[in-house]
Amino acid sequence: MAQAAAAVDDHGHTTTGISNFKVGFWTFIASECLFFGTLISTYMVYKGRAVVGPYPAEIFDVLITTISTTVLLFSSLAMVLALHAVQLGKKKHAIMWLLAVIAMGGIFLGMEFNSYLKYIDYGLTLGSSTFGSSYYVLTGTHKVHVVLGMVWMAVLIWLIARNRIPPAKAEQVEIAGLYWHFVDIIWIVIFTLVYLIQ
Amino acid sequence: MRLTMKRPQGNRDGSAGVGPGVRTLGARLVAFLVAPLLMGGLMAGCADEYPQSSISPHTDFAEIIHSLYVSIFWWSMLILAVVWLLLAWVIVKYRRKSEDEKPRQIRGHLGLEIGWTIGPALIVIAIAIPTVQAVFATQQPVSEDALEVEVVGHQFWWEFHYPEQGVTTANELWLPVDRPVNLRLESNDVIHSFWVPKLGGKRDVNPVPAVREGQDPKYNWLYFTPQETGVFMGQCAEFCGQSHALMAMRVVVESEEGFQDWVDRWFASEGAALPAGAEPDAETELQMPGEEPDVQEDEELQAVDQDEDPMVTLGRETFLNSTCVACHGVEGTSAQGVIGPNLTLFGARSTLGAGIMENNRENLVRWIIDPQGIKAAVAMPGTEYPGGNWPATGLSDGEVEAVAAYLLSLK
Amino acid sequence: MSSVGTQTVEQQHTSHEEDTGLWSWITTVDHKRIAIMYFVTATFFFFVAGAKALAIRVQLMFPEQELITPEVYNQFFTMHGTTMIFLVAMPMAVAFFNYVVPLQIGARDVAFPRLNALSYWVFLFGGLYLNSSFIVGAAPHASWVGYATLTMPEFSPGQNTNFWLIGLSILGIASIAGGVNFITTIINMRAPGMKLMRMPLFTWMTFVTSFLLITAIPVIGVALIYLGFDRLFGTVFFQPAGGGDPVLWQHLFWIFGHPEVYILILPAFGVISDVIPTFSKKPLFGYPIVVYAGLLIGFIGWGVWSHHMFTVGLGPIADSFFVAATMIIAIPTGVKIFNWIATMWGGSLKFTTAMLFSVGLVAVFTVGGLSGIMHASAPVNLQQHDTYFVVAHFHYVIVGGAMMGLWAGLYYWFPKVRGRYLSETLGKWHFWTTMIGFNLTFFPMHFAGIFGMPRRIYTYSAELNVDIYNQLATIGAFIFALSAVIMAWNLVKSWRGGEKAPANPWGAPHLEWSIPSPPHHYNFPAIPTVQSREPLWNDGEREAILAVTMEEPETEPVMPNPSYWPILLAASITLIWALVMTGIWWVIALAILPVIYCVFKWGMEPAFPEGH
Repeated sequence: MAQAAAAVDDHGHTTTGISNFKVGFWTFIASECLFFGTLISTYMVYKGRAVVGPYPAEIFDVLITTISTTVLLFSSLAMVLALHAVQLGKKKHAIMWLLAVIAMGGIFLGMEFNSYLKYIDYGLTLGSSTFGSSYYVLTGTHKVHVVLGMVWMAVLIWLIARNRIPPAKAEQVEIAGLYWHFVDIIWIVIFTLVYLIQ
Repeated sequence: MRLTMKRPQGNRDGSAGVGPGVRTLGARLVAFLVAPLLMGGLMAGCADEYPQSSISPHTDFAEIIHSLYVSIFWWSMLILAVVWLLLAWVIVKYRRKSEDEKPRQIRGHLGLEIGWTIGPALIVIAIAIPTVQAVFATQQPVSEDALEVEVVGHQFWWEFHYPEQGVTTANELWLPVDRPVNLRLESNDVIHSFWVPKLGGKRDVNPVPAVREGQDPKYNWLYFTPQETGVFMGQCAEFCGQSHALMAMRVVVESEEGFQDWVDRWFASEGAALPAGAEPDAETELQMPGEEPDVQEDEELQAVDQDEDPMVTLGRETFLNSTCVACHGVEGTSAQGVIGPNLTLFGARSTLGAGIMENNRENLVRWIIDPQGIKAAVAMPGTEYPGGNWPATGLSDGEVEAVAAYLLSLK
Repeated sequence: MSSVGTQTVEQQHTSHEEDTGLWSWITTVDHKRIAIMYFVTATFFFFVAGAKALAIRVQLMFPEQELITPEVYNQFFTMHGTTMIFLVAMPMAVAFFNYVVPLQIGARDVAFPRLNALSYWVFLFGGLYLNSSFIVGAAPHASWVGYATLTMPEFSPGQNTNFWLIGLSILGIASIAGGVNFITTIINMRAPGMKLMRMPLFTWMTFVTSFLLITAIPVIGVALIYLGFDRLFGTVFFQPAGGGDPVLWQHLFWIFGHPEVYILILPAFGVISDVIPTFSKKPLFGYPIVVYAGLLIGFIGWGVWSHHMFTVGLGPIADSFFVAATMIIAIPTGVKIFNWIATMWGGSLKFTTAMLFSVGLVAVFTVGGLSGIMHASAPVNLQQHDTYFVVAHFHYVIVGGAMMGLWAGLYYWFPKVRGRYLSETLGKWHFWTTMIGFNLTFFPMHFAGIFGMPRRIYTYSAELNVDIYNQLATIGAFIFALSAVIMAWNLVKSWRGGEKAPANPWGAPHLEWSIPSPPHHYNFPAIPTVQSREPLWNDGEREAILAVTMEEPETEPVMPNPSYWPILLAASITLIWALVMTGIWWVIALAILPVIYCVFKWGMEPAFPEGH
């Protein structure tokens, strides 16, 4: 899709001066907001209504989650630096920072996955209670987004390595960055509402 | 399938019967043509023609709704008249006469537009205020002397518990006139909706989510006071599965004495009565399929009138020794099943199968032999096929006849 | 279908020729061809769902009939509703978005042509998947609203409900992609001078509808995910025994469902806001007000969902809130109606079929709006909810509103699409049989409902005394069916033999009428500049625009490459969703590979010919 947009863009001129791809992607993010909004609302609605344990306060380890959240936050910084490098045509830097994004995403996923295993040990499963259902589906959906983002970064690395993203096409990386930042911000909302305010 | 729904004709005071005069097509067409007028509220008088009419209020609750409806109806007619008249006017007046016409190019008029924003807004306020008043008026639990009934919706029948009286019945709800009623609504499976139009609006009968210990489950309620005696038709109004169409009920509103008499008969109709309010111990009474029930025939049979029809005696014996009692209960006997409809005073009910056909011997026999043929997806087993989690009852035709005779004798 | 291309040839240089074979349609990214495919597919589903409606009407013609079993009846009414909404009304509106919007704003295509093709193919495959449930005898049967707990595996074992939830999820992808596409197109691809407040109303309503699509569809998407997890992976979102609340489903469904109603109706409002001025020879009365009213309807439409749930037992405070919100939304709707009448007032009205359908909409939709006010009053709703009164109401809104508006659009824009008129004689037959059949079908239902006939019942007791209303409805339904046949006949006949139409057959004011009928595949040889709301009605401006739009271009505009990746990606998306039915996670995980492959190849494929 990246190239399609760029090509349309090459064709010219848009009413707002912003490329179609970017406008379209913001629109898509608006749609995603409603998607996560619904998932988060469900979690909030069911908060405190689980019939059987384990209950959130019994199993959440805020410290561990704070660390994983921080890692994810720093991946956003790496994303910004990657974009900057692409814009300047610094191929190696760009690849390095994108690799860092993937790595930090991986650490986040690993830590979260580890937490899942712990929760399952405590007896929290998809079907154990409304807490289990809404927690796993909410955070699981977020993790799927993280994985997709990592795949996207990998494709970008491949393209950059093959000189397919010159500075003039830096918007392709910018859009990927939009997505990645969005996924981060959603996680901060989840972190606040699910872990911090119990 | 061969369901012929025979209706109870004029049960008790005749109010559930259908007026015979409107059966011809011509009369119906007339009824159709005048119906718009009837909608305006002139309908309240002729109640019997439409036994499930929503514009024929017989309780305070239904009354509030109806008067609100009438006022909104007339507001709507006013708006409709204005819009249609204007439309008719422009269609006639401004039809193109020649292709060269050059109408004045008017792009808008602030005053007019403010006018037709404020005008409808005022009407809307005129509707909204009484609406909100009615919302609050109809959702207040009524006085403490109210009769409480727990309504449990099942696929596809209605269960009614009277905690105060200790009475359980099915598909025919008995209520005393002029006494406030609080119906507590709860579903055993999917969402149903309790709707007896002449007694008021519907309210969904939801499965109640489980809650943690110490928290209160949230029930839905309906509050009303019946103002007239009679038999009122209702039916499930939320799509609940295959036989949703066949989940009807009757509400019998009786005088206070009539109601009390019904409660007394409920305890006394069959053998020695349990004390009022006593709950049968479900664990010991519930029979598993195939398992022989704890027979206490001897005691029970002794309590029975010696002049009884031998068919009824045989039927009782067959019933109490069959798997029927795993689901069905009859007060005063060893049958204490709680899964299916309670059959105490069954013979006094006007309808069978959740209000879908007249309760007579012929229909009952058909029902016991082949319930799923009459009503798709009911949980009740037939004589030759299983139903729900239960095996076929295996009753012979003769036994079915006897059981039917017994059940109809429960009055 | 392929004859569109040949027709086009007559008006073009041979070098501008567009391919016409089947393959060219499969790989097309041309918004006009996609529009035609949308329309044809939606019309096909209209007949499929209409046939079910006739079966329902025959079954209900007399009380206590047993022509079809309750199970089949439940499948029929469930699929009638689901098909009519998701496979007929919505995609038919999208057909018009596709054809008309780029032409109205002066664009050569939509913002993302391949994504547009993807939307169509996903819609087609999703629709076929949903209907394939009949072949395996497991059509959805829990009504189009699919209330839990009736959809839980205990009460709906088998694949019926899986077909429904997966089918709707697939269709949701098409809708979101379409919404993104049209928002971007309208924001970004307007001709010079086409300010927002100069856009034709149809484009405006497409814009609002697209926002509703991208915001409402995710909500039902999540609800469907929950439902799928409850059914396949043992979660307890809607399982009361596990603490889940079935009412949550209703909230999520209607948070989507009410905006959905406006998704259906606003395009129709847009159509007639263009048609009525054209045939009145007058600009739309109070253009800004009509635009703002549309925006307001779209916005408030988000805050009224629980008026579908007054019987649920939300308590008096919530009920009152939603009563108030619902009443408020009636005001902008009323304003629109008065503005349409005011547009006609003092005009020079020509009653073409398009105009008849538009005026018919105003007359008939008002009835639906007013019965809506009645059950917007929560206590009254307690009597009317889930009865035939409501069935009458929403058919007045969706058929009398949405569908009549789209048929107005059909007669209005067909000459642009084909370069030929639809037959006006058959059109008038279509209109009058529609009006008679439609009203005869649905008006008596008000009475059936008032007199106690619940909806979604496969039969009813003779005692209710509502047979006459049902008989009239059944007769009306067959007249209405006849009107659909007349329409189809008109389409077939006029496609080949209709009277030839010029570029601007109706003397309409908007940009789509400035180009030849049918348009070049690149729409505009060069992009004209717009200076007003009705550019073709202003002397000087019109000539300036036509000088640009009716010319042959010096060099042919470069158009996007055709691509077969949209259809392949759509097929792989449908496949992965269909495999969700298995409930085996690794099968689903494996099926993501073709999706990834297609996305990758799509991304690598140049969208435009080399060198551009």
